[in-house]
Amino acid sequence: MKRNQIFGLAAFLFVVLIGVPWLIQVTGRWDFYYTLTSVALLSIASAGVWLTFYIGRINIGQGAYALAGGYFSAILVTKLGVSFWLALPLAGIFTAVVSIFIGWPILRLRGVYFAMVTLVLTEVARLTALAMPVTNGAKGITSIPLPSGIASLENTKLGFYYVAVALMILVFAAMYRLVNSRIGHLCRSLQQNEELASSIGVNITYLRIIAYSISSFFGGIAGAMFVAISQSIYPSSFQVADSVNFMLNCFLGGLGYVFGPMLGTLVLYFGWDLLFQTGKLQLLIYSSLLILLMLVLPNGLLSIRLSSLFGGSK
Amino acid sequence: MEQILANGLYLGAQYALIALGLTLIFALMNVLNFAHGQMYVLGGFVTYTVYAQLGLPFIVGLFASALTLAIVGALIEKFLFRPVIRRSSREESTMLLAAGIAFFLDAVILLVFGEKQRGVPKIVNGVLNWDFRLIMPYDRILIGFLAILAIVSFILFMQYSKTGRAMRALAQDRVAAQLQGVNVDRYSMIGFALGAMLAGLVGGLLVTITGVNLGMGGPTSIKAFMMVMIGGAGVISGAIAGGFILGMMESIGLSVLSQYGDITYLAIFASLMVFLAIRPQGLMGKPWG
Repeated sequence: MKRNQIFGLAAFLFVVLIGVPWLIQVTGRWDFYYTLTSVALLSIASAGVWLTFYIGRINIGQGAYALAGGYFSAILVTKLGVSFWLALPLAGIFTAVVSIFIGWPILRLRGVYFAMVTLVLTEVARLTALAMPVTNGAKGITSIPLPSGIASLENTKLGFYYVAVALMILVFAAMYRLVNSRIGHLCRSLQQNEELASSIGVNITYLRIIAYSISSFFGGIAGAMFVAISQSIYPSSFQVADSVNFMLNCFLGGLGYVFGPMLGTLVLYFGWDLLFQTGKLQLLIYSSLLILLMLVLPNGLLSIRLSSLFGGSK
Repeated sequence: MEQILANGLYLGAQYALIALGLTLIFALMNVLNFAHGQMYVLGGFVTYTVYAQLGLPFIVGLFASALTLAIVGALIEKFLFRPVIRRSSREESTMLLAAGIAFFLDAVILLVFGEKQRGVPKIVNGVLNWDFRLIMPYDRILIGFLAILAIVSFILFMQYSKTGRAMRALAQDRVAAQLQGVNVDRYSMIGFALGAMLAGLVGGLLVTITGVNLGMGGPTSIKAFMMVMIGGAGVISGAIAGGFILGMMESIGLSVLSQYGDITYLAIFASLMVFLAIRPQGLMGKPWG
């Protein structure tokens, strides 16, 4: 790590861990905790989508894994009485295992084919949740108890904020490490040319599945955390629009940067939130801005150089 | 059994028409049109307005839907997709644009037509009853017949007209078509308009049976994607085959699997995964088209 990178990291940690809670304390906008917690969790799921892009696949199926992770932890907590802190990693592992079975056939697809099949996957996850008896159909699972440590806190919002931010930092640190490791370089070779990578001895099937299952793991823990906060889950908690949004977050933040999904989520979620006052026109303005952004910057926010801002993270 | 087959054929004809539009747009411009379902909903609402609210004949509503969507499609191609395709360095950015357009159309439909489920009066009354082995309302038969008519005329148009030939050439090889003197920009626009028009036409046809509401857009897009994947992206015969296959599977699934709950689509998706593991490019697609 170069010096300015360390400085940037320290500044970032200071802002999210001390600066933001202080600002909220001063301004009294307690609702911002929920917004920022959501941003942190959504950026974890988006990080997964980003990772699948890193191996050259457009993933619009992250909503399916978020839903699966959410249901898995909800069922563990409510039906089996497992502690949430155990259910959270288990939900991630569960989605990762599921993604291996789903990913093995569909990762052979490329380009729009993969994008289409993952989009269908999101819809299928919703239908599965509706049809299975254990998920309680359209009624969903409600009144899930709060996680043990947080329930005793005076300010649960602040507690969830710290947990979500800590998770986000862990996930992005892991991503940074992964991308700059040997596996990361191999993934980059997949993004450029799979046949060539395969011809020089890269095990592309294995790598694709590893990357996809890590991506789904992120989706699973993000979903499980969300369920813990909202204390309920329905088949429509994560649907196609969410999957598309995860993809949009990545595109908007820039596909070349590890921290792109974080930035994209922040901009999109806050943009959407700010437009709430416009009421009925919210979706119209939001989508018009999105279209305009594409017309002006067809290559995403990435095309205005952000490398200096983020310490040249690659 | 006859009942299941007839339902499947009727559904398949509608589905094939939706998939045709999507696959045409994909073949010509390599754009995955996320907004296809929304275009279909828009078509449904236009027919609803003209036929149910203004009280004009149904066929006028159908033409109005087709015309509106063709214009919308042409405008979207000319002012949105064309500049973005020209300037972006990644193919994927058109996907982002298409998703934005899908949201935009959703918003427009919400503002103009509201979020209520809308239905129109029946176009033909009566039910065909063949010995209780096959029961089918006449309006469904008529709609199915119109859909098949539209498919046949679309195929004939693509096969024998000059425009159709130009678009097929464009789909095969963009550069080669340009070298032969095909006006690429113009035919891309016509192709997109035609694809959108087909979506609008189906919307107008189906509003008489299922009605129309805002939420139908996304699921329709997803069904269209499934059909295109079954048949192979960018292949016209594949889209038709995919549409009829999905229609049949849905019809069979709904009657055979209904006792196990709503798992038809789960079963269809599972078989799609197995199928794609064996044949990733679909029935008739080119490998990695």
